[in-house]
Amino acid sequence: MSQATPKDTATTPAGLRHRAEAHASAFPALLAQAEHLAATVLLGEHGRKRAGMGDEFWQYRPTQHGDGLRDVDWRRSARSDATFVRQKEWQAAQSVMLWVDDALSMSFAGGKDRPTKGHRARVIAMALCVLLNKGGERFGLADRGTPPRRGEGHLTRTAGHLMNAEGTADYGAPNARVLPAGSRAVFISDFLGDPAEVATALTAATDRGVRGVLLQVLDPDEEAFPYDGRTVFESMSGAIKFETLKANSLRDAYLQRLAARKAQLQDLARKTGWRYMCHHTNDPAAKALLWLYQSLERGAS
Amino acid sequence: MIASLAFTAPLLLAALAILPILWWLLRAVPPAPVKRRFPGIALLLGLTDDKAQTDTTPWWLLLLRMLAVAAFIIGFAGPVLNPEEDRAGSGPLLIAMDGSWASARDWPARKARVEELLAEAAREGRPATITLLSDPPAGPLSFQSADAVAATLAGVQPRAWAPDADKVAEWLPRLGDAAFDTVWFSDGLDRDSRADVLAAFEAKGDVSIIETARPIYALKPAVFKDGRISITALRSPAGAAQSITLSAMGPDPNGAERELATATADFAAGATSTEVLLDLPTELRNRVNRFEIAGLRSAGAVALTDDALKRREVGLLAGRNDQEAQDLLSPLYYLNKALVPTADLIEGSLQDMLLASPDALVLADVATVSGAERDALLDWVDEGGMLVRFAGPRTAAADVESDDPLMPVRLRAGGRSVGGAMSWGEPKALRAFTRDGPFFGLSIPEDVQVTAQVVAQPDPDLAARTVASLADGTPLVTRKSLGDGQIILFHVTANAEWSTLPLSGLFVQMLERLAISTRPATIAAEDLIGTTWVPEETLDAFGVVSDAGDLAGVAGEVLAENPIGAALPPGLYAGEDRRIALNVIASDTTLSASSWPAGTKVEGLSVAQETPLMGALLSAALLLLLLDILATLSLSGKLRGATTAAVVLFAVSALPQQSRAQDDSRAVQATSEVVLAYVKTGDAKLDRVSDEGLRGLSMSLFRRTSVEPADPIMVDLEADELSFFPILYWPIIESQPTPSPEAYAKLNRYLRTGGMILFDTRDGNIGGFGASTPMGRKLQALAAPLDIPALEPIPEDHVLTRTFYLLQDYPGRFTSRDIWVEAAPADAQAAEGLPFRDLNDGVTPVLIGGNDWAAAWARDARGNALYPVGRGFAGERQRELAIRFGVNVVMHVLTGNYKSDQVHVPALLERLGN
Repeated sequence: MSQATPKDTATTPAGLRHRAEAHASAFPALLAQAEHLAATVLLGEHGRKRAGMGDEFWQYRPTQHGDGLRDVDWRRSARSDATFVRQKEWQAAQSVMLWVDDALSMSFAGGKDRPTKGHRARVIAMALCVLLNKGGERFGLADRGTPPRRGEGHLTRTAGHLMNAEGTADYGAPNARVLPAGSRAVFISDFLGDPAEVATALTAATDRGVRGVLLQVLDPDEEAFPYDGRTVFESMSGAIKFETLKANSLRDAYLQRLAARKAQLQDLARKTGWRYMCHHTNDPAAKALLWLYQSLERGAS
Repeated sequence: MIASLAFTAPLLLAALAILPILWWLLRAVPPAPVKRRFPGIALLLGLTDDKAQTDTTPWWLLLLRMLAVAAFIIGFAGPVLNPEEDRAGSGPLLIAMDGSWASARDWPARKARVEELLAEAAREGRPATITLLSDPPAGPLSFQSADAVAATLAGVQPRAWAPDADKVAEWLPRLGDAAFDTVWFSDGLDRDSRADVLAAFEAKGDVSIIETARPIYALKPAVFKDGRISITALRSPAGAAQSITLSAMGPDPNGAERELATATADFAAGATSTEVLLDLPTELRNRVNRFEIAGLRSAGAVALTDDALKRREVGLLAGRNDQEAQDLLSPLYYLNKALVPTADLIEGSLQDMLLASPDALVLADVATVSGAERDALLDWVDEGGMLVRFAGPRTAAADVESDDPLMPVRLRAGGRSVGGAMSWGEPKALRAFTRDGPFFGLSIPEDVQVTAQVVAQPDPDLAARTVASLADGTPLVTRKSLGDGQIILFHVTANAEWSTLPLSGLFVQMLERLAISTRPATIAAEDLIGTTWVPEETLDAFGVVSDAGDLAGVAGEVLAENPIGAALPPGLYAGEDRRIALNVIASDTTLSASSWPAGTKVEGLSVAQETPLMGALLSAALLLLLLDILATLSLSGKLRGATTAAVVLFAVSALPQQSRAQDDSRAVQATSEVVLAYVKTGDAKLDRVSDEGLRGLSMSLFRRTSVEPADPIMVDLEADELSFFPILYWPIIESQPTPSPEAYAKLNRYLRTGGMILFDTRDGNIGGFGASTPMGRKLQALAAPLDIPALEPIPEDHVLTRTFYLLQDYPGRFTSRDIWVEAAPADAQAAEGLPFRDLNDGVTPVLIGGNDWAAAWARDARGNALYPVGRGFAGERQRELAIRFGVNVVMHVLTGNYKSDQVHVPALLERLGN
């Protein structure tokens, strides 16, 4: 799989779609594990081994009282004296809601050879959408307020929304306006903001029976803190300032805090039955995508 | 000595006062922070710097900046180490300068000092004058205004000689009665006259002496010592151990002056002289025209060389050494003995020697010189070479052309023998040398006698060309000028065969007079009496050699005895045929430092020691600022990522390998085994016969003898090297092209160095050897330029008859008995009781016949004879004899006179037994 280079990642929805298709092309169609199918009435490609709404043939059964004439399969019935009704397998589709952090902090890239965190997050999210679409699942962006859908048109619209999302806050918080009960959720962010908001969002989602994954996208510079000397640190909007005389003396403290933040997220995920992973922008996007694929297929544990 | 320090702009130093303010200002301003956008700031909030570090610049950075600023301020204030001092006085000022070669080294400094003195005198209104002790003025002292004297200062130059005690003593009374102060610029060398001069000056007024402490170096003339050049370097005063570099200067092959060699002279601690032995190749040595101490501008540091240092290069070439290979009979033996001590000898082929452009070339009994060689020789003589020829049997036997340009006189064929067994006369003595000849004055030992000589044809020029003659008036040595060079012929051999001249000391003296060998190095006054020497080049005080222009000549005795001075400047003097170098430093000169009586004011040349420090300080300040940049960068965290060192790869282009594999393989093939060779005639059929013939002979040799030749090789005379082959088979054909002069030169070299050519005219059926057949005529034409000795039909006792088989016939396809070999010496005699004459050594260089041997030898690969020989059994017998002859020839070539020497075996055994 080709590693996305910063140059060819177009900033248009079509470009994003293109990159995402490239990433997704290596994966088979993703059928997200549906656990609470009773709750989701929308059809999808999850065969339920029982008769019901769906496209696939399931069985012929003798006509019972109450079956309409329309339901009788006359071709089958003509071969015998009784009349039969053609039943199809009950199929159910899973809904996957994605939230991609669009805060300013995501627009950070520590080096010229790396994409920004936001870019990486969007590519991964979009690739996931492509896979879901191939698998017949429905997907949607949790913060757009639109229900999950499937189809090429929706894919294009999603790409457009992802590209146009421009937050103004320094740090983003999971915004789950639409989170159908029993659906799956994918939160992609750097999770450097207030951890309490993440906890709130996660608990709320769990309450609705939504499980999912947290993908933390970090720049290697944020992991290593390779700074030295007298430095004034600014948040991406410039709203927050912090000055130090010896940046290197803060490194240990910073790394400690970062580790604590990661542990906190991990802990939160474990408690709510979600899964957590940290992805670095200098790693290939496929790595994160593979992990997401496996997590969604097997179900959060 | 305590260094004193002064400032040219001391007021600037006040700026140092701002340093504390600067300190305070800089302290207050911390280094500028770096601004970084960093999302991780959320995790940083609330952290504090672990150490309470002030917001100010670190003290050491402050110190660095302070130092930089201070260095700038002090630097611009113009500090000067050892500033000049003022001198005060009144009355006239005499500036006396030794003005010798020893002053030349720091003459500009001296002049600057004088200028300063004069400027000072001008300010104080003192009249002044400058006097050079090395060239004292004729009249009394004339003091002028200091300004006027300063204007003449530019023309004051040191002399290449030291002040002469007599002339100075003559000058001192002319100082006059008026009192004056004296500043005496001493050159630092001790002289006897110093005390008198000092006393005379002190009688007139204050004397201060200015003398440099720098050591003075000098070079003694180079002399020969055990084949190497010995140069002695002197210094004064003696100091610590030290090395100086000597350069040998001379024209390079293009004529441009350059350094030809260098040597290092190491003075031991406390030593004032050291000797350097320099071993130079003759070529190089003869080009050296002076030695000098590198980097010193002083006449004392230059030692001009003259002819004494030049060893002549003499090339020796003998005709084929056909005589007993015993040293005492070698034509070159006595020449070697006579010339080795004084000249460098080279031996080799004529062309090789000419390339080395020797001064003289001795040809001992070389009668014929091929066309190309002759032209080269003539050119060389024309350009000034000296060709010395000795006569000998070969010269006597040669068919001397009517006008050989390489002979000073025309010779009569045959020569003459006097005082031998078959002649009436007594051996002749030499006639006393005439006054106008080059040998005049040499005494002739009683026992020098001439028994044989070549005789010149009577000629109008003969008398003029004769430089030595026998008692009966026949010329012994003749000489002819040709262009810039000359050709000299000794009418006797160079060995003791024809005369006892080479055994006598006279021989060496004659060679010396003819400037073949080098003369002794020392000049003795009596040698030079009556001669006049014209200066060619002169040496000034700075050691610069310049053309002497039209200076008048000097009498020999003056040259030998008078000290150098205005009338006898140092330089190179040319006499009639040699040159003498007159150096500033004679071979007995010693240097010693001047010593002054106590109480004398002696100063150094402080002008030279005034050192402005401005540049150094400003550089230091810049360096400090550079350090500051680095420190600031590192403090603010901007010094990240060490710059990667650029590795520059030099593409070393492999030297183009010249493809000479073919030549080499041929040479390897020809030399790794014995190889018979035949000359390419250009006729394909004939060449094939030659090849088959030599192949058949090689097969026979392989089977029958311990000679195991490889396949024969065809030789192209124009292109191929001949020296690999012991024998060349050369069939003659009319259509054969005549070889080029270069090929003849090669052939002559081949013959002289022991090669053998078997000429085969292949016409034994139609005629005897001679000019009667077309092939015979062709052979004559081909062989004319070759250096072939006198020939004779092969005698019955020739060694060829018994080198392997016993043979009396030498048939090939034909059975002619006309085989010609080099003639045996006329005096060969058969030893008592032996069937053979006691013949001399050597392999005959040519073997000429017409029996078409190659056809008789020819065999195909299976060993079958290829060409019919004779008829029936008798024919087979003839073929067998032909092969036996071939075997004998090859054995003769390879073993020489071994079989001939075997006649001595009984005698040797007898001697051993007793």
